[in-house]
Amino acid sequence: MSADSAASSAVDPAVSRADGRAMDRATHRATGAAVGPAAGSSLAGAAAPSSGPVLDIRDLSVVYRTPAGDVRAVDHVNLVLGAGEVVGLAGESGSGKSTLAYGACRLLRAPALVTNGSVIYRGRRVSRPADILTMRPEELRRLRWREIAIVFQSAMNALNPVLNVRDQLLDVIHAHLRMPRDEAHSRAASLLDLVGIPRSRLRSYPHELSGGMRQRVMIAMALATDPEIIIMDEPTTALDVVVQRDILAQIVELKESLGFSILFITHDLSLLLELADRIAVMYAGQFVEIATSDEIHREAAHPYTKGLLNSFPSLRGPRRDLAGIPGSPPDLRNPPPGCPFVPRCGYARPDCRDVDMQLLPVATSRDPDHVTACPFVLPDTPAPPVPPVASGSTTGELGT
Amino acid sequence: MSFIVRRLVFYLVAAWVALTINFFIPRLIPGNAVESIMAKFPNSLQPSAYRAIEAMLGVGHSGSIWHQYVAYVVDIFHFNFGTSSSEYPAQVSTLLGETLPWTIILVGTATVIAFLIGTVLGIAAGWRHGGSLDRVLPGLMFLQAIPYFFFALILLELFAVKLQVFPIAQGYSQGLVPGWHWDFISSAIYHSLLPALTIVLASIAGWMLQMRNVMITTIGEDYVVAAQAKGLPNRRVIITYAARNAILPQLQGFGLAVGFVVSGALIMEIVFSYPGIGLLLVNAVTSNDYPLMQGIFLVITFAVLLANLIVDLVIVFVDPRARAREATR
Amino acid sequence: MTVAPAVSADPTAVPQEAAQPGRWRRMPTKGKVGVVLSAVFVLAAIIGPLVTPYDPSYQNPSPSASMNAPSAAHLLGTTQSGQDVMSQLLVGIRLTLELGIIVGLVATAIAVIVGVTAAFLGGWWDELLSLLTNVFLVIPALPLLIILLGYLPNKGEAPTIFVLSVLGWPWGARVIRAQTLAIRNRDFVAASRETGERTWRIIAFEIIPNEVSLIAASFVNTVLYAIGASVALAFIGVADLNSWSLGTMLYWAESQQALQLGAWWWFVPPGLVVALMGTALVLLNTGIDELGNPRLRDASSASRIAGRWLKPADPTPVLSEISQRRNGLAGFLHSFSRSSLLEGAEPGEGR
Repeated sequence: MSADSAASSAVDPAVSRADGRAMDRATHRATGAAVGPAAGSSLAGAAAPSSGPVLDIRDLSVVYRTPAGDVRAVDHVNLVLGAGEVVGLAGESGSGKSTLAYGACRLLRAPALVTNGSVIYRGRRVSRPADILTMRPEELRRLRWREIAIVFQSAMNALNPVLNVRDQLLDVIHAHLRMPRDEAHSRAASLLDLVGIPRSRLRSYPHELSGGMRQRVMIAMALATDPEIIIMDEPTTALDVVVQRDILAQIVELKESLGFSILFITHDLSLLLELADRIAVMYAGQFVEIATSDEIHREAAHPYTKGLLNSFPSLRGPRRDLAGIPGSPPDLRNPPPGCPFVPRCGYARPDCRDVDMQLLPVATSRDPDHVTACPFVLPDTPAPPVPPVASGSTTGELGT
Repeated sequence: MSFIVRRLVFYLVAAWVALTINFFIPRLIPGNAVESIMAKFPNSLQPSAYRAIEAMLGVGHSGSIWHQYVAYVVDIFHFNFGTSSSEYPAQVSTLLGETLPWTIILVGTATVIAFLIGTVLGIAAGWRHGGSLDRVLPGLMFLQAIPYFFFALILLELFAVKLQVFPIAQGYSQGLVPGWHWDFISSAIYHSLLPALTIVLASIAGWMLQMRNVMITTIGEDYVVAAQAKGLPNRRVIITYAARNAILPQLQGFGLAVGFVVSGALIMEIVFSYPGIGLLLVNAVTSNDYPLMQGIFLVITFAVLLANLIVDLVIVFVDPRARAREATR
Repeated sequence: MTVAPAVSADPTAVPQEAAQPGRWRRMPTKGKVGVVLSAVFVLAAIIGPLVTPYDPSYQNPSPSASMNAPSAAHLLGTTQSGQDVMSQLLVGIRLTLELGIIVGLVATAIAVIVGVTAAFLGGWWDELLSLLTNVFLVIPALPLLIILLGYLPNKGEAPTIFVLSVLGWPWGARVIRAQTLAIRNRDFVAASRETGERTWRIIAFEIIPNEVSLIAASFVNTVLYAIGASVALAFIGVADLNSWSLGTMLYWAESQQALQLGAWWWFVPPGLVVALMGTALVLLNTGIDELGNPRLRDASSASRIAGRWLKPADPTPVLSEISQRRNGLAGFLHSFSRSSLLEGAEPGEGR
C-alpha cells in the first residue's frame, strides 16, 4: 500500500475506525528496526518520510532548582520509542519517570529546568527530525497533542470542571484540525464511540461521570487528533481493578487499530509485563535496566528489577515468600557516588561506589538490546542468601 | 434548586437574627430604657423626641416582651421602622426612602465597575506572575489599606479644592429641584463622579490582589497543565480554563466583601456630604436618633443580604458543580 | 590481612537532608518588609508617648498658634486649638495599635475555640456553630458596631474592645474550623485516637501546633480589621472623643474643617499612618502565608531561573537555550532563521 492511501485512510476516520482492525497502519511505518524493536511488526510497506525511532531521548537531564539546591530528578537518560511500540516506564514514586516524560515535552513548571540533552521527534507528519527542546513556542504548541498526547493520571483533576465533555473535545479538535463545525461535532461523537461511551454523555460535566468513564474520555481526547505518540501517566492507578482491566484492554485494541506508540508510566511492573513490548526500569533519576518485557519476566538482570519482581505475587507458578525492597530512595540533591541503589541492594559491594551507571549489554539475554546498569550482577547471579535487614543497612555477604 | 432554597433560608435566618438583635439591644440597658436614653441628651429634650423613642421602645404597649417583639416584627414587615427623633415627626421609612436610592446607585455602580476592572487586572497579573506586574504589588497592598474616607479626603483635596475639577460637596447643585429632568440628572452625575472615583480607586486594589492569588492557585491545577499539554491557544487556556474556574472563589469573595465595601462607602459619604444613607446614619449618630439608627442598620443589613443572595445565584449559574453538589445532599 | 568491606564504614551513606536555610532567610522580601515595618510601629507605640514634644491635649489659647503649618517648633503643625499634631500622632499610634492587638488576641482566642470545637464535636454542634459563624460573617459589621456602641453609655476603650471582639471572630473561626477538619481526618490524629489519647491532649498537642501559621495569620487579619473599624468608628464620632486615637484625630480634623481650610498636616499624617500600619500587617501576613505554604514560596522564587523571568505557563526552560539566546535585535532576527520544522502539520493537514 502506498503512502498516498495511508494519507487517505486518515481522511475518513469514522469509517476506518468503525472497522476496527481493518487498517493496520503499523505496516506503513518504516520503523527504526535497526534501533528499536517493535517486536513482530511486519516491515512491508513504503518508507515513511523519516526513518528512525519516533521519539529519541538522548542524554536528558532535568533538575528542580530549589533554594536548598538542585534536585537531580532525571540524570543523563537515554530512551528510544519506536513506531507502534509500547514502552513501559517503571519505577517507584520519586524515581523520575513522570519528570522524564513531561520534561521531554517541556510541560514541567518552575522550578524545573532541563539542563542537558535532546529529544528528537520523528513523526509521519514532520518533514525532518525536530528537537523538542529547541523548538519555538508556536511549533511546540502545534506539536503538543497533535503529535504527542498525554493521558493523565487523575482524570477528575485533568478535566476542566466547568466545561462539558463535548466542549472539551471540540477545544482539542479546533486547536489542531481545521474542519467545519458539524464535522467536528460528529468527530467528537465518534471519538466517544471509539472508547465505548454513550453519545448522550457529550453533554455531561466531568463530575457527573464515573471514574472509569472519565478516564475513557481522557483517552478519547488523546485520540482526537490522531497523534503519533500517547504518553500514559498511571492511567489506571486511581481505578478499581475490574475497570482497570477493561480500560487497558481497550487501550491495546485502539493501539492495534490506530497504530500509535505508547509510553506507559507506572509503578506496577506486573502490568507492564503484559502490556509493554519493552520495559525501562528507572531508579533515582536513572535507568537501571531496559529490555523486552519477555526478557524482564524471564530473566531480569538488575537487582532493583529483581526486587520489584519479587514484590508482587504471580497468579501462576510456585508460591513463595514475598519480599519488598526495604529502605527509601536517596536524596536527589546530593546523590552519592556510584550506584544510587547501594543502600538497599542485597548484592552491594565496595566496587559499587565506582560504577558509572552506563547501560551495558547483557550477554546471556535473548534480547539483543537488553541492557543493565549493574556490571556485577547478571540474570543468573544467585540471589543473596539473606534478605536485606529492614533498617536499610545492607552489606551483602557477597561483598568482600 | 435546593441549593438556592438553602441559601434563601440562610439569609432569612440571618435577617431574623439582625432583627432580633435590633430589638433587644435597647432593652438590654439596665434600668428604665427610656430614661437612660433620655439621659444621653445633653440639652433638655423636646417632648417630640421623647415620644419617638417611647414609640420605638414600645413603652406604653401593653403586653409582655414577646408581645412587643411580635408587634415589632410585624411592623418591620410593613416597612414601619418607627419615627425619627431628630426629625420628628418624619417617619424613618420616609427618610430612608429619600436617601437609599442615592447610595444604591452610587455604591452599586462603582463597586461593580471596580470589581470588573480589578478582576480583569488580577487575571493578567496572575497569568504573568513573577514578572514586572508583580512589582506594583506592595503599592497595591498599600492602596488597599487606605481607609475609604481618607482616600476621599485626599482626592477631595486634590481635585476639588486645589484643582477645582469636581464639586466639593453635595449630591447636586444647590438650587436645583430634584426631578427627572436633564439639569438635575446631569448635575447629580457630575457630583457623583468624585465619590464614585473614590470607591473605585479604593477598592480596586483589593479585587485585583484577590483575583491574582486565585489565578495563581488555579494555574497550578492539573486541568490547566493539561490544557497546555493539549496545545490549546493561550487565550483559550487563560480565559476558559483558568479564569472561568478562578472566578468562582472570586465571586464568593465578592459576596463576603460586600459588607465591608458598603460600610466603607457609607462613611465616605460624610466627606462629600453626599445625600445618601451614610450621611443619614452619621447625622443620626450625632443627634442620638436611635430609631433612625436602628432603621438604617436593618436596611443596610437587608441590602447586603440581598446582594449576597444575588451573588449566590450568579455562582450557581456559572458553576455546574454547585447545582449538582447541593442537589445531591 | 582481612579486608573489611569498605562499604561497612557507612553503608547507609544517604546524605543528610541539606539544612534548610533558617526561617528568616526563607521568608520572601515582602514578608521581611512587613516584619520590619510592623516592628517600627510597635516600637513607636511603646516609645512614642514618652517622647512627645508637647502634651497632646494642651490647647494653646493664642489664635496665632492655631492651624499652623509644619515648622521647627511643631514638626507636624498645629490643630485648630493650637495642639501639636506630632504629639497627638505619637499617642495615637499607641492607642490604636494597643486596641488592635488586644482585640486581635481576644477575637482570635474566641475564633480558635469556636473553630476547633465545631470541627471536633461535629454533628449538631458543628451545624449550630457554623450557622452562627456564617450569620455574623454576613451581617455587615460596621452598622452593627455603631448601634452597639451607640447604646453604651461610655464609648471608651474597654467597651470598644468588647464590641469589636464580639464581632471580630467569625472570619478566623471559619478558616480554623476548615483546617481543623482537614487535620482531624489525617492519619496521625486517628492514630492518637486509637491509642486512647484524651481529646484535649490531641487538640493541644497535635492539632494546634499544626495550625500555628494559620492562627498567626488570623490574628494579624483581626488586628487589621480592629484598627480599620476603630478608626472608622472614631471618624464618625462613635468613640471617646477625648482620647487621642488616630481615628479621633481624623474626626476632629474633619469637624474643624481642616480640609477646607487647607490644613493638610492635620488629617494626612494620621490617615497615612493608618494606611502604613495596614500595609505592614498585610505584608506580614503574606510572609507568614508563604512561609507556611511551600508551594507559594517555590513558585514565586522560581519564576526567575538561570537569570530569566518566566511566566508560570511557559514551556520548561532549557539551559542551553537560555544561555545561547541572543538578546535584542540580533536575537529577534535570529529567531527567523530557524525555519519551521513542522511543515505539513498545519491544521487540517496530515489527515
